[in-house]
Amino acid sequence: MNSFEPQIIAFCCNWCSYAGADLAGVSRYQYPPNARIIRVMCSGRVEPQFILRAFELGADGVLVAGCHIGDCHYISGNEKCQEKVKITSELLELLGIDRRRLRLEWISASEGAKFAETMRSFTEELKQLGPSPFKEVK
Amino acid sequence: MNEEPVRIGVFICHCGTNIGGFVDVPAVVEYAKTLPGVVFATNNLYTCAEDGLASIRDAIKEHRLNRVVVASCTPRTHAPLFQGVCEEAGLNKYLFTFVNLREHCSWVHMKEKEKATQKAKDLVRAGVARVRLLQPQEEARIDVEPKALVIGGGISGMVAALSIAQQGFPVYLVEKESEFGGFVRNLNNLYLGGKDAMETIKPLIDKVMANANIIKCLNSRLVSVEGFIGNYNIVIDANGKEIKDKVGVIVVATGAIEYIPEGLYGYDLYENVVTLTEFEILCKKKALPKINSIAFIQCVGSRGQDKSYCSRICCNVAIKNALNVVENYQDMLGLGTGEIVEKVPVEMKAPEEILERRRRRRGRRERGEEEEEAPSPTTGKIEVTIFNRDIMAYGVEHELNYNRSREKHVRYVRYTPENRPKVYKEGDKLVIDYWHDTLKMQRKMTVDMIVLSTPLVNNPDAKELSKMLKVPLGQDGFFLEAHVKLRPVDFATDGIFVCGTAKGPADITECVFQAQAAASRATIPLARGFVQTEALTARVNPTLCTGCGTCIEVCPYKAIQKNKDGVAEVIVAACKGCGCCGATCPEGAIDLSHYTDMQLIAEAKAALQEVIE
Repeated sequence: MNSFEPQIIAFCCNWCSYAGADLAGVSRYQYPPNARIIRVMCSGRVEPQFILRAFELGADGVLVAGCHIGDCHYISGNEKCQEKVKITSELLELLGIDRRRLRLEWISASEGAKFAETMRSFTEELKQLGPSPFKEVK
Repeated sequence: MNEEPVRIGVFICHCGTNIGGFVDVPAVVEYAKTLPGVVFATNNLYTCAEDGLASIRDAIKEHRLNRVVVASCTPRTHAPLFQGVCEEAGLNKYLFTFVNLREHCSWVHMKEKEKATQKAKDLVRAGVARVRLLQPQEEARIDVEPKALVIGGGISGMVAALSIAQQGFPVYLVEKESEFGGFVRNLNNLYLGGKDAMETIKPLIDKVMANANIIKCLNSRLVSVEGFIGNYNIVIDANGKEIKDKVGVIVVATGAIEYIPEGLYGYDLYENVVTLTEFEILCKKKALPKINSIAFIQCVGSRGQDKSYCSRICCNVAIKNALNVVENYQDMLGLGTGEIVEKVPVEMKAPEEILERRRRRRGRRERGEEEEEAPSPTTGKIEVTIFNRDIMAYGVEHELNYNRSREKHVRYVRYTPENRPKVYKEGDKLVIDYWHDTLKMQRKMTVDMIVLSTPLVNNPDAKELSKMLKVPLGQDGFFLEAHVKLRPVDFATDGIFVCGTAKGPADITECVFQAQAAASRATIPLARGFVQTEALTARVNPTLCTGCGTCIEVCPYKAIQKNKDGVAEVIVAACKGCGCCGATCPEGAIDLSHYTDMQLIAEAKAALQEVIE
């Protein structure tokens, strides 16, 4: 189990969280290389379907990251995202996927440290949880 | 898709040693060559340098590339550069994908080259999977009607209209009252020693009246607005006459009104308790009652008492009025007019203007009669006290006024929100019972008149207007700009701008700044004559749409409407491409161009698995 390296898909909004990830890089904050970032224009773009498909395709965890509430580049996309993630995590539970495998974080363009910390803690948590049950089926 | 098979070129950057030092770039290049659709892959020391850019340009031609992937730094800084190169080589710039190998890989995994290299391969694979599915996009042009609409004929509205008109564009200036001037019409003077407020702004009104480009609509209101930037169909009820026209941009300058402190400090109980604006009206009408002492109470109804915000201007206005009283009381007493007012009544006996204002605000009817009494002016010095939580006389002029008021023995007494002063009547005297925070003592002060400094609050009409224009109001009821720092006079909706006290308390100087700023922003599309729409917009599949309207609700820009067939239709000019509608559509009928469901899922799949379909 110790050698298990979880695969993470991170949907990051272009304006805040993707930029936060950029800042983590510029600041040379080191974090585990488990996540693959997918850029979306707004966290509100992330459909429940994307999250479910990611798990189906073998992700051990999915991170959705957007601007802090009130800071959305598109006024209120992150609020809609929040609602969707909430519903999706309930759905995951029904499917037998621990809801801790889906994370929603607000990471601003200035929060490189928070991005790196999120990556560290999420990777650690997923290591504890072990491979996703969907992955084992595959 | 009736096009030629994809031919992808992958360019992987060393960025000196920034990537090359921590990722095995040649290995990633070799890997990229094995990916489906890739016909060319290479590495560059610096892809953003001229030779790097040339290698992209040449490869597009030589290898007939129709898709390009650059794996280097971040698209947030460098995408436009590489997209430009693609365009130079004749490739639509949307057939390009950026892979972030520096900020998201080499710089954050500096101690694990093997894993970083594996991650780099995964990221490139995901980028290749994405680029295969990309489609060329066009940014459409939409014509702009070179006319403007300014709503509100106060200072801000007049300045904005004049500024737009002077640049040569016709402007509708819509004012609901019978004269221009707005809130300033209430005021006595705008600065100390200055002339009457109306006299100060008269040149501005004259210029507005004389400008042939301004279509002056008095006693008018906006009936309806439909459309989007460049093409707003407006209907104005202009003094009973209906005007229908098309304008390109709209400036909201509806101003603010004064908060009525009902139930606070005896405002609706005692005579001689007035608001700051009512006090200005009394001064202007030279109708001050005879008094020996006067107290101003600051932050009435603001800063947490009812409204959360600080109204900013009241400290300065109170100081100005305190000095007016100290220096010019006799002038404002109505000597020579024979109309000296004994007392300012609670409601019934108020001078006409106050009565009128109160009637308008509260919808109550005028009752009672005017009581007249023989003039008996006082001659002695007037004691002026300003009860405050803290005085914020910001800027150059106001701080000097504050100093001057202290020299003239205006007293400043501090109170805390936990211990607000209490106003009651003892006999026929107004008493302020207060906790002196410096002396730590409960004290009483008898005064002849009390002026309550209340905040500006948004015009009651704002709500209706915000719905009509589909622009938001903030928490405090004022219009909410697109970005508090970077876009202070824009709305998030293109083509609509805001200035003056409609978006929060501001003094006249600031209103003029904002109005000029809004006018300058508004004339950009007018002068250009067209707007370039976003290429990345939502697209509705009308055969899947059931017309449920969920997308219309979630769209932050009101860029979706139902067409005559009852299905959703995107107003391309208004769409910003956030994709919230697509993520919400229960039928999967909406997709976002360039970030389609298929493209994003393919990218996720390739990031997770070794295969690209």
